[in-house]
Amino acid sequence: MKRAGGLATAALTAAALTVLLTGCEGVQSALDPAGHQAGRIAGLWWLFLGVLTVIYLLVLAGLLIAAIRPRRRGRLHQGPAFAKEPPIERRLTRGLTAWAVGTGVIILTLTGLSYAVDRDVLGLTGRAELEIEVTAKQWWWQVKYNDPVPSRSFETANEIRLPVGVPVRVVLKSQDVIHSFWVPNLHGKTDLIPGRVNETTLTADREGRFRGQCAEFCGFQHANMALDVLAMPRDRFDAWRAAQLSSAPAPGDALQEQGRQVFLSSACVMCHTIHGTSAASRVGPDLTHVAGRLSLAAGTLPYNKGNLAGWIADPQRIKPGTRMPVTGLSPDQLQGVVAYLDSLK
Amino acid sequence: MSARSEKPVIRRDGPALGEAETHRRLSLSWATPPGLWGWLSSVDHKQVGRRYIVTAFVFFLLAGLLALAMRMQLSGPERTLLSPDRYNQIFTMHGTTMMFLFAVPVMEAFAIFLVPLMVGTRAIAFPRLNAFSYWVYLAGGVMLWVAFILNAGPDVGWFAYVPLSGPQFSPGKRVDFWAQMITFTEVAALAVSVEIIVTVFKQRAPGMSLNRIPLFVWGQLVTSFMVVFAMPAVMVSSSMLIMDRLIGTHFFNPAEGGDALLWQHLFWFFGHPEVYIIFLPATGFVSSILPTFARRPIFGYTALVLALFATGFLGFGLWVHHMFATGLPHLGNSFYTAASMTIAIPSGIQIFCWIATLWDGRPRFATPLLFVIGFIVVFVLGGLSGIMLASVPLDSQAHDTYFVVAHFHYVLIGGAVFPLFGAVYYWFPKFTGRMLSERAGAWNFWLFFIGFNLTFFPMHILGLIGMPRRVYSYPAGMGWDGPNLLASAGAVILAAGVATFLGNV
Ligand code: HEC
Ligand code: HEM
Ligand SMILES: [Cu+2]
Ligand SMILES: [Cu+2]
Repeated sequence: MKRAGGLATAALTAAALTVLLTGCEGVQSALDPAGHQAGRIAGLWWLFLGVLTVIYLLVLAGLLIAAIRPRRRGRLHQGPAFAKEPPIERRLTRGLTAWAVGTGVIILTLTGLSYAVDRDVLGLTGRAELEIEVTAKQWWWQVKYNDPVPSRSFETANEIRLPVGVPVRVVLKSQDVIHSFWVPNLHGKTDLIPGRVNETTLTADREGRFRGQCAEFCGFQHANMALDVLAMPRDRFDAWRAAQLSSAPAPGDALQEQGRQVFLSSACVMCHTIHGTSAASRVGPDLTHVAGRLSLAAGTLPYNKGNLAGWIADPQRIKPGTRMPVTGLSPDQLQGVVAYLDSLK
Repeated sequence: MSARSEKPVIRRDGPALGEAETHRRLSLSWATPPGLWGWLSSVDHKQVGRRYIVTAFVFFLLAGLLALAMRMQLSGPERTLLSPDRYNQIFTMHGTTMMFLFAVPVMEAFAIFLVPLMVGTRAIAFPRLNAFSYWVYLAGGVMLWVAFILNAGPDVGWFAYVPLSGPQFSPGKRVDFWAQMITFTEVAALAVSVEIIVTVFKQRAPGMSLNRIPLFVWGQLVTSFMVVFAMPAVMVSSSMLIMDRLIGTHFFNPAEGGDALLWQHLFWFFGHPEVYIIFLPATGFVSSILPTFARRPIFGYTALVLALFATGFLGFGLWVHHMFATGLPHLGNSFYTAASMTIAIPSGIQIFCWIATLWDGRPRFATPLLFVIGFIVVFVLGGLSGIMLASVPLDSQAHDTYFVVAHFHYVLIGGAVFPLFGAVYYWFPKFTGRMLSERAGAWNFWLFFIGFNLTFFPMHILGLIGMPRRVYSYPAGMGWDGPNLLASAGAVILAAGVATFLGNV
């Protein structure tokens, strides 16, 4: 019986390991680190996994042998255990003591290692050269690049771009419920809690596109509250940053101009900002450079013109419960608005 | 004057009564009164215990059906079987029901039935309080489920974090039902704990000193003390939530000087001990079943009792490991890492003693023993992933992902449901006078064991490769499809295992 159990477990483990080894690369994986902190944590993870697997196998082996080892025939034990102390009892007690001490030593070592990595990961705090302020809202991320010179600050949404190799301080706030900021390829998570200000530090070691996702249940659309993280070389980052500082470009043709009129004269202005126009509300994401983003509605849809039109036409179908209402634009109006927004690179 | 109105002379008691008359009178006062009313008003601990067990299993099945629904929804990316609103209610109801209406009550139920028998007393202390606790518990559970069926089920998770569960973000009655249910079930749990403590301390048979009570009774005794210290925290916090919601207090409202983290501290001060409240009675099952089927007295009675004490004590010093991501001071977090890891020592001792008992015994692999072996295989893995989660850096990645879902099902199902099934097979004849089929028992075990691992092992991987918990759907192309499908298939096998169990009883 037990042997079959061991076999089943072994088969399961093997199957699981295959999945594990093929699956750990990914845009949202703690096992595919692209940053200093995530790298240290992943290292710690493999170490813990190694040590604890050995312990697990020891326990399983002990259990297996205990279950199937050959027994001497003869009398069964009799009487309560505490009444007598046969030699076997003494040997087992010695085994127990060794086991407890062994567990203690391993626990102590693992605690020490964990503490060391914790310190190391925190070591980057204070060396940041760039500050980003992330405010979580039900169910999207407002992202502000703060600069001591106010005219060099700007705002975007659901997207963070970082220069490779530069520690970035991320200030975390929430205005409604608790959310959690998590970009596993770069670092572990930190909660955003109303009434408190938290912070974390990110450093990307290589270029790449990563995905982050809200990790604390925050209501109806918790599942669709993701963000894109782009790590890029310093010069490309600076160029992007300079472009973000500019106001929205003027409409390039009549359709776009019509779209701008519609945007500014319909409900959109009550919630959105487009710098360079009269739209300056902050209920929803800043749309000044919306067409330059990688995705729409907090990672719900990849950015393209079709998806943009689909979103504006019926956000409630794409992300039920989202705080953006259906605005009931006519097809003509919609076409104009989409053309206009799609020109806001 | 008619003969009827002649009152018999009652001699109160004493040897003068005679044996037969004493017996008749005692039977009259101990027996359950006849009829429906008698059935309803019964205070017999065996009857109340059985009632508790059956009710708890009904809740287990209901919550299990919800789990199946979740697994169907998540079997592939972007499935639309359940709406977001339904899904959020369902995972909340599943967690809440499993923790508050199944796991804790079923353990109490076994205590109510078995502890008086084991310490050799006729009835549990405070039998009326005992019956009362059952009805309060039932009322809480029924209220919650009726609300759910009427689409007013709670939808904020089983730990109902504020401000999401507060008046501003959860208007309506949903969370009120949840908070009220907490109060009901916690009153029941407190009542039972007091009964168990008094029964064990005051009603043991002559000669049964504390160092001779069965390990099952020790487990229930330590658990009862834990309940007495832990449950008030959640009753206080859920009452504060009710006040915030219904009479406009601001305990948890940061805008008015309240604090969102206060809820988390209060909840987890209860919530962490809660898992030991579920696990320690289960260790009692294991320590009862093992010697019987290993055919050897348990090894390390004293060590096992001390391990219970240590767990019961340390269990109160760990709660912050649920809050590592909230930005509390780092040095403090490190303390909770150390404390959380320390609890592995008593657990390790227990595992050693059980394996040693088996080692030196001459085991007969009946169904209860199979479940005990399954318990060790599964629970130890859950304990080891717990050591990972105790580490602040590792938890910062694994927290609130499917890794945690895997971990706590390994410890809760491994640590409580496996022993529980073993206990049902073991004590069924005592409860009902009938043996369960051994053949069906073996099927039950293997389906459950294999299904369980298929369902929950892949979730470890899912968490590490980025899947957060409590999501009603997920995009394709994240590498999550395979493990999710495997988990859903496993859930079907798991359900077949539970169905075999139902067929058997
Ligand atoms: C009541 C406020 C409100 C109104 C009115 C409104 N929006 Fe929005 N909008 C939002 C919110 C909130 C979001 C974020 C939704 C989410 O991700 O859940 C959003 C998101 C968007 C996005 C996606 C932005 C991104 O970066 O993902 C676009 C594009 C958009 N709105 C365009 C429009 C247009 C065009 C109109 C007018 C037809 C409009 N919105 C009207 C609140 C509003
Ligand atoms: C019977 C088989 C079971 C299956 C298939 C199952 C499945 C699941 C799944 C898939 C989730 C995650 C939902 C999500 O995060 O979206 C979950 C959550 C949970 N389960 Fe289970 N479960 C089972 C049994 C149990 C048992 C026996 C317990 C407790 C004794 C339990 C306690 C919980 C808790 C507390 C949660 C968390 C709910 C929350 O996030 O609020 N489950 N379960
Ligand atoms: Cu969120
Ligand atoms: Cu969330």
